[in-house]
Amino acid sequence: MLEYLLSFLILTGAAFTFIGSLGLLRLKDFYMRLHGPTKATTLGVGSLLIASAIFFSSRDTGISLHEVLITLFLFITAPVSAHLLAKAALHLDLHSRAKTPVKSTQQEKGNRL
Amino acid sequence: MTTRPRFLPHPILSPLLTGLWLLLTNSVSPGQILLGLLLGWVIPLLTLRFWPEAITIRRPFTLIRYIGLLLYDIIIANFTVARLILGNPDRLKPVFIELPLDLTSSLAIGLLTNSITLTPGTVSARLSEDGRYLLVHALNENDPDNLIATIKDRYERPLREIFEQC
Amino acid sequence: MLDFAITVAFGLVVLAIGMCCWRLLLGPSAPDRILALDTLYVNAIALLMLLGIHLGNALFFEAALLIALMGFIGTVALCKYLLRGDIIE
Repeated sequence: MLEYLLSFLILTGAAFTFIGSLGLLRLKDFYMRLHGPTKATTLGVGSLLIASAIFFSSRDTGISLHEVLITLFLFITAPVSAHLLAKAALHLDLHSRAKTPVKSTQQEKGNRL
Repeated sequence: MTTRPRFLPHPILSPLLTGLWLLLTNSVSPGQILLGLLLGWVIPLLTLRFWPEAITIRRPFTLIRYIGLLLYDIIIANFTVARLILGNPDRLKPVFIELPLDLTSSLAIGLLTNSITLTPGTVSARLSEDGRYLLVHALNENDPDNLIATIKDRYERPLREIFEQC
Repeated sequence: MLDFAITVAFGLVVLAIGMCCWRLLLGPSAPDRILALDTLYVNAIALLMLLGIHLGNALFFEAALLIALMGFIGTVALCKYLLRGDIIE
């Protein structure tokens, strides 16, 4: 039973990691590519880490929860790096398939970034 | 807020730090608990200049419900994004939207930004200089006004209830 | 069952790492490459955790934690460089 749960978690995790990186390769502009890694990869790695926590808890004498630490850390840092990357891309004025709002560009022109 | 004790400036941060220490060492022996408590007491004192204002949580139950909602939304978001990635990338309609913010505290804005990035098809891109607009990029959205309404109702309102007076 | 799942997962994660490297080489812009590096370190954590389960060794956790910390700091530093042309002000 536990083995099936672990296999399920590992396979889902790996599949999401794969899909996230596939998004990195497939999508058309930078802002769209940002979506794949920040979401899919985070959940993918999250479920792999949970699988690892369950595996070592069932195997060793004590319960092992320190994998939760990495999961938490990733869930907090992934949006921060995504936000910074998007900000850097806007700063460099990268090509985007979506129009940036007019109000914002005017507003930003006067600002020192 | 002026009456908070000087020897324990962050009553919420301290137990969190202790918990993190116990997770990191992966044990609950009395020695580690004692060391964790010590770290939880000393670190906020030493880093007081980073966060002079104490965090106040007005409605702890709303916070717990918000975390649950967020976890559920993250899982849903992942399936949505996975489907969009596997589908035809030429058919996606990415848009930038401007989200007017009602939040004022920087912690609440930070949490909202993180929530937006982690949930369905949206990445927060930039906070305007005056902190009143958040630029959000959506991967595939036909109805931007609806998206703004959803974000405001689903994420911003609970955060406002938790961290700010309303 | 578990061995089979781990083998398949290894394959998927290695392919993911390959795609990140491809994006890293392809660019076309600097933020694209930073994003590829960012994804690369997250994938490396996944690979390490899989290896940990496969070999039954909990020590890989420490390496994964270090990669998580350093990877995040690296991404932030690179973004800051793009934004300001300077890392430490």
